[in-house]
Parts: sequence; C-alpha cells; structure tokens
Amino acid sequence: MNKPILQRARTEAETALIERFDQGDRRLVGATDLRAAAMQRFADAGLPNRRVEAWHYTDLRGAMRTAALARAPDTATLPLARQCLAKPLAQTNAHRFVIFNGAYNEELSSDGAPPAGVTVSSLASALAVGDADVLDVLKADTPGTGDAIVALNTALMQDGVVIRVAPGAKVERPLAILNLMTGGFAQAAFLRSILIVGAGASIMLDEATAVCMPDATQANEALTVVVGDGARVDYAAQVAEQGANSVALHSLFVTMGANAQFNGFCLVPTAGLVRRQIFARLEGEHSTISLGGLSLLRGKEHSDTTLVIDHAVPNCVSREFFRHILDHEATGVFQGKVVVRQHAQKTDGGMKSQALVLGEDASMNNKPELEIFADDVVCGHGATVGQLDKNQIFYLQARGLSRGEAESLLLEAFANEALDLVADEAVRARFAGQTDDWLAHRSGR
Amino acid sequence: MAAVKETVDRVKAIDVDAYKYGFVTDIESEKAPKGLNEDIVRFISAKKNEPEWMTEWRLDAYRRWLTMDEPTWARVEYPKIDFQDLYYYAAPKSMAGPKSLDEVDPELLRTYEKLGIPLREQEILAGVQNSRVAVDAVFDSVSVATTFRAELAKAGVIFCPISEAVHSHPELVKKYLGSVVPVTDNYYATLNSAVFSDGSFVYIPPGVRCPMELSTYFRINERNTGQFERTLIIADAGSYVSYLEGCTAPQRDENQLHAAVVELIAHEDAEIKYSTVQNWFPGDAEGKGGIYNFVTKRGDCRGDRSKISWTQVETGSAITWKYPSCILRGDESRGEFYSIAISNGRQQVDSGTKMIHLGKNTTSRIISKGISAGRSNNTYRGQVSAHRKATGARNFTNCDSLLIGHDCGAHTVPYIESKNASAVFEHEATTSKISEDQLFYCTQRGLSEEEATALIVNGFVRDVLQQLPMEFAVEAQKLIAISLEGSVG
Repeated sequence: MNKPILQRARTEAETALIERFDQGDRRLVGATDLRAAAMQRFADAGLPNRRVEAWHYTDLRGAMRTAALARAPDTATLPLARQCLAKPLAQTNAHRFVIFNGAYNEELSSDGAPPAGVTVSSLASALAVGDADVLDVLKADTPGTGDAIVALNTALMQDGVVIRVAPGAKVERPLAILNLMTGGFAQAAFLRSILIVGAGASIMLDEATAVCMPDATQANEALTVVVGDGARVDYAAQVAEQGANSVALHSLFVTMGANAQFNGFCLVPTAGLVRRQIFARLEGEHSTISLGGLSLLRGKEHSDTTLVIDHAVPNCVSREFFRHILDHEATGVFQGKVVVRQHAQKTDGGMKSQALVLGEDASMNNKPELEIFADDVVCGHGATVGQLDKNQIFYLQARGLSRGEAESLLLEAFANEALDLVADEAVRARFAGQTDDWLAHRSGR
Repeated sequence: MAAVKETVDRVKAIDVDAYKYGFVTDIESEKAPKGLNEDIVRFISAKKNEPEWMTEWRLDAYRRWLTMDEPTWARVEYPKIDFQDLYYYAAPKSMAGPKSLDEVDPELLRTYEKLGIPLREQEILAGVQNSRVAVDAVFDSVSVATTFRAELAKAGVIFCPISEAVHSHPELVKKYLGSVVPVTDNYYATLNSAVFSDGSFVYIPPGVRCPMELSTYFRINERNTGQFERTLIIADAGSYVSYLEGCTAPQRDENQLHAAVVELIAHEDAEIKYSTVQNWFPGDAEGKGGIYNFVTKRGDCRGDRSKISWTQVETGSAITWKYPSCILRGDESRGEFYSIAISNGRQQVDSGTKMIHLGKNTTSRIISKGISAGRSNNTYRGQVSAHRKATGARNFTNCDSLLIGHDCGAHTVPYIESKNASAVFEHEATTSKISEDQLFYCTQRGLSEEEATALIVNGFVRDVLQQLPMEFAVEAQKLIAISLEGSVG
C-alpha cells in the first residue's frame, strides 16, 4: 500500500535525506547492506503522508519541509548538557545512559558499572564489530519493517545503547536511556537502542528524549525490546522539552516469548509533532502486554500514537489504554490495531482510547481496529471523545471552587487514571508532577 | 487431522441449494452489444428515449469514469473485472413499456410469484388489508411493473421508474439527481451514472405521510449482465416514507456485477426509512459465481430536524462493498444505521457507514452486527466525523462481531474524527463466538445444534431486526437461518 499512485517529485527534505546517505557519512558504521536496503525502501516510499493508510492523520511530508542536519560531536556543548541533566525531568535514581547529540556519551552517563546481570555497549561499537545478536534484531521482519520512518532510522542510525540482561537476573535498580540534544538550531538525530532481556529476568527501563535549547529539532528514534520467556519488562517513556516546530518520531518494537510480561507507558506533555508507533508481537503463549499513554497538548501541537499488536499464538492477553487532553488547536491521533491470527485462540484483547477536547479548534481522531481470524477469542475496543461534564463542573463550583479550579481538578483526575498504569513509583511521581505543571500553565496559576 | 476432516465436512455440508432464488427465468431478452463505449451509453439513453440533457449527463460521467482507477482499499479480493466483457443493458424483449399488467409477459409475472412478490394489486388486496406494499419490480435493466400507483397519486406521492420520471418530472430529476452522490463520487458511482438503466423514483410532497410501504425488487436474470440501478427518493418538508429494497439473482457460474446508486434527500422535518434485504446469489461453496455488489448509498439530511434511517440485512453477494451514509447537514438532524451482515462460504463483506456531522446538535446512531461463518471475511468499516461548526454533535456506535468456525475472519475499522470540542462520540466494538454454555442450554432442550445457532444468532441481531418493517422482519429471520445453514461443523 505504500507505493505512490503517481510518480511524484521528491520533496526537498526527501532529496536531502537520500543525498546525505548517498554521499556517505563515516559516522554511519557497519550494517552496510541493511542500511542500503532500508534507504531504498525509504526512497521508494518517501516521507509518509495522508495517502499512506497508517499515516492518514499525520502528514509528515507536509510537516517536515526540510531535513535537519545531524550535529557533529564536540566537547564545547558539554557544560550545557550537564545543566540539562540537572533539570527535574532528567532526575532519576536509575542507572543512566546518555546519548548526546547522536552519540553514546560515557562521560554524561552514570558512573560505575551497570547493575549486576546487565551488560552494555554502544550501538556504534556493536555494529563496528558486527555483533550477531544486534544484527539479528535489526534484520528481524517485524510488522513495522515496511514503515518509511523505520526504514529511514535503519538507514541513518548513528548510535544508541545495546543493553543485555542475563537470564534470571532480577535487576532492582531501574535503567534509563536519555536522548539529549543541544538544540538551538534545526538538529537531527537518528538513534536506535536495543534491550534484550533473558529468560526469567526482570528490568525497568525509563526512556526520555529532551532538547536543551528547544528548537526545530528532528528526532527519529527506535527501540527494540526482546522479552525472553518468563521475563518481565516495565517501560516508561516521555517526550519533553521540544520546540514548537520540532518533530519527534519514535518506533518501539516488542517481541515477547512465553509467559512474559511487558508494561509500557508514554507521557507526551507539550510537543511539536510527535508520532509514537508501537509494533508488538506475541510469539509465546500465556504472555501479557499492557500499553498506556497520556498526551497533554495545547497550541498547535500534534500527537499521534499508532500501534499494532500481533497475536501470533494462543492464550495471550493485550491491554491498551490511552488518554488525550486537547486544548487550543491541538490534534490528537490514536490508531490501534489488534491482529489475532488464525491459531491464536483464547486471545483476550481490550483497547480503550478516551479524549477530552477542551479547545474549540482542537480535534481528535480515533481509529481502533480489530482484525480477527480466530473464533474463540474475546476482543473489544472502546473509543470516546467528549468535553468536561458540565454537571461535574457545576457541582464543584457550587462548593466554592472557581471554574478554573474545577476544571483543573477534573482534568487531573482524568489524567491520573491513565498515570495509574505506570508501574514504577518514582516515574509515576515525576509524570504526575509534569501533569500538574501542564495544568498549572493552562489555568495560569 | 480432526480439524481438517471437520473443515472438509463443513464445506461439504454447505448446501448450495440453500439459495432458493437460484432459478433462471427463460425469457427472450434484448441486449446491448457487449462492452462499454460512448455508443453504448448513447444506446442506453436512446432506449430510454431520454432528453438530450440526460444523454449529455451520462456521457460526461462516462468520460470522467475513463480517467478513474478502481478502488483497492477495501478488504476484498477478486480477479480484476473486465468491464468490456459485460452487457450493460438487457431488457425482456416482449415488453416495451407495458401499459398495464396484462401486457407483461406471464413468464415474468411467474418469476416474481416464485420470489414471493405479488405484482397484481388485487392479490395483495385479497391478503391482509393492513400490510399493503406498493412494489416497483426491476428485471435486469428495466422496471417491469409498479403497483398501486393510482392510489399513491391520490396522496400526491410520485412512485415510478426513474426512466419515466426523467420524462414526467424532469424538473425534480434535474434538481436532485447527483446532488447527494456527485457524478465523480467514486469509480462505481461514476460508472453507474453513465450506464444506469432503471430504478425507482419517489417524491413525497410536503406534509404527506406516505400511505403505504414502498418497495423495489431487483432481479438480475441475464448471463454476463451488470445491473446498474439508480434510486432517488425525495421527502419534502414534513413528510414521511418507508422504503424497502429486495434483491435476488439466479445461480450462475460466472460473477455478475451490480453497481447501484441510491440517493435520499430529506428536507425540513422529513423522515426517510430505507430498509434493504440483500440476498443476491453468494456463489457456491468454493466461491464460484455470485454477485459483485458495489453500491453507493447516501442520504442527505438537508433540512433541519430531518431524519434518515438505514436498515440493512446483508446475506448474499460474493463481494459486498457498501457504505450507506448520512450527511447531517440540517440542524438537529438525525442519522441511523442498523446493519446485519452475514457471510458464509467464501463470501467477502466490507460494509459499514459514514455519519458526517455538519449541522448543530446533530445525532447519529450506528448498530452493526457482523456474523462470519465458513471461510468468509466480514469487515465493518465506518466513519464518524464532526466538522468545526457541528456543535453538540452526538454519536453512539456499537459494532459486534460473531465468529462461527475457525476459518473465517471478522474485522473492525472505524474512523472517528472530531473537530469540535462539544462533540460527544462513543464507540464500542466486541468480537466473540457463540458461547458454549448457550449452545449447550439449547441443545439440552431438544434443539439441534443448527437450530440452536440460528436461535442465538437471531438473538444477537435482534436490535437490528426490530428496526425492519414487519413483513421484512419475518423474511429476514428466515434468511438468517438459511444463510447459516451448514455453518455448524
């Protein structure tokens, strides 16, 4: 379906991206064939636009007129990066890996060895030596392989973190990946991280993307999580400190073994254009995947969450719960597709998307899809769009709250129901704090 | 291996004879030459003795059609249709515009009797007084008889074949034809605009409540013909009409094409209720033959407080591609869509609706029940959208799917787009199978498994059946039982 109907002229951004690849960049090490094939896929498809079904509500070709440049590594901006790390959103008790301006930076990362059972290397070094595990992960044919943005990421990936968790390791201390950009000009970053969790292990991963001086940055990130049999992964992500004209693209791939568990959550508070795609495949029986998210948008912000859950085996459970609060002229998009293959009997799938539209000119687009080929399943989805209940506001106002306070209280309650899905307490508290900030900004407190 | 055997048994069990309308009427007919070009369009227009503006309208549509591509987004698969290998016009030879039923070929009347549609008014009068239905019967490309016209005329209601309306009421046809489904709306609608042969035309004057149910029966008889009918219903201010549509076709090896366009216009305070029982030949157990049903149906709630309600029972067709929609233009207008889509054998159904909220305080309701059995695929595809000025828009959507057997698929693809803060949209969808407890309960009480399934399915679709006019509800219930015959392994 990605084939263009008519041969059309390439946009400036598309040409720039293809040329940059063709000219060769010595920083793009390893996986030469993989990169070339991916670039070809991108060149054929071009930047996604409304004609591509999976991008029906997000016109990236229109939003990305020019392609930003990747910044060359330098040491001059390190002090700025340190200041950024001191900001609340970067505060974490986790063992932190920092990718700064497109390269894994040991200096900014947490001191000392990672927790027991965890081994870490940078993606660039893994590719340089042709790490077989890493190449296998990159070559795997997942539901998202055909996506143009994923292809672009594979072709131009600069660096990232490769984390391996030994089988049976119960890692207590969370791990964090922070993708940090200097910003201050139109800067691009193509990052790819990989988390391979051995059988029976458990881990918490916290991922954030931030820009020190918010500007028209363009980030294209991907994270692959391989959850081994009986393993458990908790994952929390957030987009933060982005400029109004920024583009933040993120693709998450999850493949799960048997009896495994994956809990993922993403907070999107203020952004330019954010697209988060999740491609999950359940390959082992009796596994559970739970995905959640909260997007708080104002101005002309645009946030798109698109996910595909592929039930390839019987007896698995999937749950998705996403909420949007849309103020001003913001646009929210939720597209969720649950695929149940013919042999995936006894699948239990539930998906819910709810949005509160506050701004007169805000809009919400929902597309919850079911694609079911097995007969003994229980699958359902619900989607609602509405505004704050006038009766509830009246109730609170009658008890002495101002209208603004009443609204904030109701919005906070709406947001908190989504945040309840965040497994890690520290992360939940941080997200709740950011939600408060957003609401405070809204009511002008 | 048990599963394989079960599948084989089930396929064997799908009784092709279950399609009881599969007979062919042996009647001489006049056909236009095979293929499609401007001459054929002129030929059809000339056959209908149409005025020049109508011929030009058709030719314009044909030229536009040539520049269009076949849509491929639906979840249906079929070999490419050779549009030059079809007859675009077929009419029973003995009949060049019958003056009364006595002039109609007795063979034709017998066909409709076999279908259970009485065309002779006295027969209808002999029956139950209260359930009178005026019928327009369309055989291949022409309308053969329209009953109760005199009585309807007394009320001021115009109910006639559209080919006649072009002559008798050109001002109405000119004003409304193509005003809801534009000529270039989509590939099949454009094709229909170029070659449509006949169909029904209904006009209800202001303030009139149509005294009886209006109905059209469509029948494709000829080999290799496409049927392209066009229905236009206009309900003027404050009027009400209930319209039924039924379709059957003989059992043939090759696929037949059916590309209809239905346009409904409801003015201020008017209400149109449109019900369909679609029972085209679905093809045999191996998917051979059957009708390709590519239909564009759309209603325009043009006036304030107008209401359009679509009810459909889809059991036939090899391929169904159909999205009856409502454009809610008038303030406080209301759109409803009730659907039962049943697929068995190798049928493919991609159906749903569109509710476009444009006016203030518009409401819509969608209840869709999909049942897939055998090796069929059943997709609900729907869109609900509220535009910037549609303050207070309200929608409730419920689509449930039921799967019977391991080889079928059920899919749900809703698009919910809200551009207005005060719009409230709710959507819920579920997919499940018939619960073993329920089946056990029924079989315990002496029902066979097949009867039990039919009973449970009838319960599952009850919400929609209730919306059908009484005469149709009974027929639809039987139809559901027949459609599911052989689906229980």
